Amino acid sequence: MLNQLLFIALPYVALATFLVGSIYRYLYKGFKVSSLSSQFLEGRTLFFGSQPFHWGLFFLFFGHLIAFLFPSTLIAWNGHTVRLLIIECASFAFGISALWGLLALVTRRLTNKRVQMVTNKMDVVVYLVLFIQIVSGLCVAYFNRWGSNWFAAFLTPYLRSIFVFDPQIDAISTVNSVWLKIHVVSAFSIIAIIPFTRFVHFLVYPVDYLWRSYQQVIWNWDRRSIRTSRAHSYGKKSLNN
Amino acid sequence: MNVRSQIAMVFHLDKCIGCHTCSIACKNIWTDRKGAEYMWWNNVETKPGTGYPTKWENQEIYKGGWEKNGDTVSLKGTGKFKGLKNIFHNPYMPVLDDYYEPWTYKYQDLFTAPEGDDQPTARPVSLVTGETIEVKSGPNWDDDMGGSPDFARQDVNLEKLSPAEREAMFQLERMTFHYLPRICNHCLNPACVASCPSGALYKRGEDGVVLINQERCRAWRMCVTACPYKKSYYNWHTGKSEKCVLCYPRLESGQAPACFHSCVGRIRYLGVLLYDADKIERIASATDENLVEAQLEIYLDPFDPEVIKQAALNGIAMSTIEAAQKSPVYKFLKVWKLALPLHPEFRTLPNLFYVPALLPGMANVQNGIYNTTSKSLWHGIDATRLPIKYLASLFSAGNTDKIVEVLKRLMAVRMHRRGETVGDLSKEEISAAMHEINLNGKTADEIFRLTSLATFDERFVIPPAHREESIEMLENTADVKGNTGFGFKERPARGL
Repeated sequence: MLNQLLFIALPYVALATFLVGSIYRYLYKGFKVSSLSSQFLEGRTLFFGSQPFHWGLFFLFFGHLIAFLFPSTLIAWNGHTVRLLIIECASFAFGISALWGLLALVTRRLTNKRVQMVTNKMDVVVYLVLFIQIVSGLCVAYFNRWGSNWFAAFLTPYLRSIFVFDPQIDAISTVNSVWLKIHVVSAFSIIAIIPFTRFVHFLVYPVDYLWRSYQQVIWNWDRRSIRTSRAHSYGKKSLNN
Repeated sequence: MNVRSQIAMVFHLDKCIGCHTCSIACKNIWTDRKGAEYMWWNNVETKPGTGYPTKWENQEIYKGGWEKNGDTVSLKGTGKFKGLKNIFHNPYMPVLDDYYEPWTYKYQDLFTAPEGDDQPTARPVSLVTGETIEVKSGPNWDDDMGGSPDFARQDVNLEKLSPAEREAMFQLERMTFHYLPRICNHCLNPACVASCPSGALYKRGEDGVVLINQERCRAWRMCVTACPYKKSYYNWHTGKSEKCVLCYPRLESGQAPACFHSCVGRIRYLGVLLYDADKIERIASATDENLVEAQLEIYLDPFDPEVIKQAALNGIAMSTIEAAQKSPVYKFLKVWKLALPLHPEFRTLPNLFYVPALLPGMANVQNGIYNTTSKSLWHGIDATRLPIKYLASLFSAGNTDKIVEVLKRLMAVRMHRRGETVGDLSKEEISAAMHEINLNGKTADEIFRLTSLATFDERFVIPPAHREESIEMLENTADVKGNTGFGFKERPARGL
């Protein structure tokens, strides 16, 4: 029963909340979608927290994504012991980096009065679930080694079954690692709280900046075609009416 | 030719008395909110001095603006690669201490203090943390500190001077300062717009005002770094950046921006310039010594039939073209060549131009007596207290010829008027000064008139906004002041 609650009900509730909440917040509460950077109030110790934290999570996120999307490729890559070691050590290092960064950020928030002024309750929740998520992930990596290999066997089928609306929880519920279970549950909890926390900022990571032209000129008139236009570049947008 | 219209500005520094009325007018309308207390969209600096935020002109620290990169320009500290690389921590971003910690006073203590032997005091408390603080700096902290070691000597523009020249500047008999009011330049090649990863910043096509879309800003903070004039400010409370909006709701209803309207010295002029957007990239990448001259070239003659035709084709209203023809800015900038951009070497093509102050003549100390007399009435511009090189570092990217030219023009106008009204200068002296810079009496009188006698409508030539063509502009801005702001459907509350 508990397994069904944690591995079937929770994921669906989390995903539904995430989808509806994020879209609503983006469309109707645009002013509240922000990374809420506090660098302006304190910039020096932020560097030692924010950089290792974000880069650590950045690589871990894509690592998990690759393991989920291309499990066979990953297993093939891991065929060599050296490659397996590289991937396991690198992942662990990124995990440590994220943990270090998180602790530095928490310390900064606790000790700096200015940063405390822009801290809200949801920030505490964010720190808590991130701490559980990172620590449980590191424990899995340490106590149940070679996760990049068994991920494909245990987690990929489970996650895939969730997304095709045919949840199969046999593998995940019988797995003999409480850390892994915590890791999965807290992962879905994070997804669930994204729309209610500063997590939203990773959804608006500005990838489109890469192909946007540098200058943007917008005309008020003829709004339908002009307002949304991204086609402007130096002097190329002219006949605007 | 791709003609666009731009609201441009001229500040006449000879008339600025440093009263900060402009700053207060702006503050009361726009930035008297939590998170915005430290923002001074309009501020007045004392030069030589370090300015606001401290040493903003030093791009070795803040990496703002563009740098020449062959035939084009690239952003100095931000951009697609550098910006996204530094998005988790922006190493060149000024922090609160580079501005100042905003504060108020515990006024209530004055009333509630128990009876005692001493007068009760109102202690300063931080507007950020609410704790009592020792006030160490504030807006305009270096006001009038023309010779001070902490401020004036830290001025970045002194770097162009030799150590001997620098020392000479701070001798007692040479000491001088002037004021430099600054607002957003609403540049033709805005670095803030180019640096914004989420595309929240944009330039309005109709009037060239540069704005930040508050709903799209994600607090990546790149505009704060990219603006070399440090006129984009991060609101620490809402987590959104804000900047000078050139009082566009006032402009749209035909009123001058608040800082312009309130200017006591009437130093400010505002009008339309037509420019050729096809030339932006080429002109932004001109060599340093040609920057001022090149920028003049981008602004088009509003009387030229070809320009009028192309402007009309681009949808610029006839009323705007007529405003451009009457523009006081066009006269100061292109016809009389009296106005210069601030730090053109940042290559953003700013649209705020300054008529430099005629420098006070140098006095000397003879036998312990401070002697200010001179042979000529106002001293020659060759005997100025501030080195011309210093002004060149401010207004012409180091080109001293440009500064001398402008100062000579200003001096000739002054001599001409002295001849007209007092008549104690010899005709030869006046005509020599006028002849040297090709100025005739009629033009000199026009310059004099626009400088000192101009009416409100001559100083601010604001084109109609044609609200009939634009529903958005019809929204009443006053209804939502302090609440949602205009264009918004929700209260500007900080996100979670």
